[in-house]
Amino acid sequence: MTAPDTDATAGLRDAGANAGLPVLGSGFMVICRVLLGLVLLLLWQGVSGRLIDNFFISNPIDVGTRLVGWVADGSLFLHIWATVYATVMGFIFGSIGGVVLGIWLGVSPFTSRLLNPYLNALNALPKVALAPLFVLWFGLGIESKIALAAVLVLFLVFLNTYAGVREVDQDLIDGARLMKATRAQVIAKVIIPSTMSWVFAGLKISVPYALIGAVLGEMIASNRGLGYLVQFSGSQFDSAGVFAVLIVIALLAVALNFLVEIVQHRMEQWRVVGR
Amino acid sequence: MIDLRHVSKTFRKQDEIVDAVREISLTIAQKEIVAIIGPSGCGKSTLLNMIAGLYMPTSGAVVYKGARVSDVNIHVGYMTQKDNLLPWRTVRDNIAFPLELAGVAKGERVSRADQVIAHVGLDGFAHRYPHELSGGMRKRACLARMLLYGAETALLDEPFAALDAQLKLAMHDLLLKLADEASQTVVLVTHDLMEAVTLADRVLVCTRRPATLALEQCIDLKRPRDVLNVRFTNEFKELYDTLWERLRVEYHEDRV
Repeated sequence: MTAPDTDATAGLRDAGANAGLPVLGSGFMVICRVLLGLVLLLLWQGVSGRLIDNFFISNPIDVGTRLVGWVADGSLFLHIWATVYATVMGFIFGSIGGVVLGIWLGVSPFTSRLLNPYLNALNALPKVALAPLFVLWFGLGIESKIALAAVLVLFLVFLNTYAGVREVDQDLIDGARLMKATRAQVIAKVIIPSTMSWVFAGLKISVPYALIGAVLGEMIASNRGLGYLVQFSGSQFDSAGVFAVLIVIALLAVALNFLVEIVQHRMEQWRVVGR
Repeated sequence: MIDLRHVSKTFRKQDEIVDAVREISLTIAQKEIVAIIGPSGCGKSTLLNMIAGLYMPTSGAVVYKGARVSDVNIHVGYMTQKDNLLPWRTVRDNIAFPLELAGVAKGERVSRADQVIAHVGLDGFAHRYPHELSGGMRKRACLARMLLYGAETALLDEPFAALDAQLKLAMHDLLLKLADEASQTVVLVTHDLMEAVTLADRVLVCTRRPATLALEQCIDLKRPRDVLNVRFTNEFKELYDTLWERLRVEYHEDRV
C-alpha cells in the first residue's frame, strides 16, 4: 500500500516543478536572444529613411530619445500609473462581479434559465461598443476606463465561474447533503471550493483583457494614460511617439503576465487551486 | 427498520422510458447486513439512492424507522466506488467534515477525527490529500468518516469494486469490525457474489432491469466471520452454489 502512495507523491512533485515560474533557457540561448534583438534594432535603424520613409516606421534612436524625454520630465509615469490604476481597479470590480454572478446563477437553475437569453445577447455584444455609454455615465475621468475594463473582465470570469459551478461533482453535493449539510453549507464548503480552479483560470485569462479595456477606454476619450498617449502621438503624426508607447504597453503586459505567474505559483503552493 | 413497500422507479430520458426498479418489497432489520446482488446496470444503485432519499420512487414508498423518506435521508452514510472525498481537504479535514457541518468546535473535531484515523489504520496520513493516497487508503478514510459521524445505516454501492483481491479482504474485515462496533445496519450493493456471501446476513438476488427480487437467501454463517477462511467451508460453498444457480440465469439471459 506504500508503493503507489510514494508514486503519487513523486508525480505531484514533478508536476509542481513543471508548473513553476518560467525558467530562462541556458546562457547560450540568452545570448542568442539578445543578439537577435540587436540585429533587429540595427535592421530597423538601417532600413528607416533609406528603404522606408522615417515618417512611417520612425527609428530606434528617435524612439529611444522620446522615451528618455518622457522619463526625464516624468510624464510617462503619470500615464503608466493612470493605465495601471484603471487596469487593476477594472480587474478587481470585474472579478468580484463575475464570481458573484457566476456562483449565484450557477446555484439557481430558475434564474439562470430566466436570464440565459439576455446574458447571451450581452455576451455576444462587443463590449468595446459600450465605451461611449460609459463616457456618458462616468465622464471623461478614470471611472469610464475602469468600467470598460471591468465589463470585459466580468464576462470572462462569469462564464468560467458559471461553468465551474455546473461542473461540480453531483456526488460530492449529495454526499454533503447526506451528512446533514444545509444549502448554505453545500455552497460554501463544496460548490465554492470546487469551483476555485475554474475561477482562477478565468482570472488568469482576463488579466490581459483588463489592460485592453483600460487602454481602449483611454484611446476613446481621455487626457491621460498610455492609450491616450498612443492616440495623441498618432494624431500628431509622431510615429516615434507611437512606437515608444507601444513598447511601454508591451512591457506592462509582460509584467502583468509575470505577476499572474507568481500568484498562480503561490496558489498552487497553498493548494488553493488543485485537485 | 428500512421498509420498501412496492417500490418502483422509472426514468424518462426524452421519449424513452426506462424501468429501473419494479415492485420491490423488502424489509431490513436493525443491525442486519443485507447484500443486493445482480447484473451490472440492473437498478441496484437506484434502489440505494431511493433509500438515501436522493431519488423518490415513482410508486410505492420507502419507510425508514416508521417515517416515509421524502427528502435526503440524513440517517444514512453513503459510500460508492468513487470515494467522494473532497479533493481540496486533507484526510483529517475530510473525515471531520460532518462534524464541521454540525458546528462542532475545532479542537474536538481534530481529536475525534484522529481517534478514528488511528482506528482504521491511517495513522500518519492525517495531513495527506486524497490524491496522495492509494485506493485502499481512500476507502479507509471513507469508512472512518462514516464511523465518525455515526450514521445508523451504511449504504455501500460496490465500494470495493476497484480494489485488488488482497485489499478487498482487508477492507471486508475492517467493514465487519466497524459495523459491529457501531451496531450499524448495512445495505451492500455488489456484483461480486463472493463478497456478498462473505459479508451478509442475507443476500438478495436481483433480476436484470427492471430489477425485481428473484431470490432471497439467508446466510447463517456464524459471526464474527473470518473473512479469509470462511470461503473454504462447506456451508459457504453450498450457499454460493445456490445463489450462483439463480444468478447465472440473469447473466445467461443477458447474453442472448
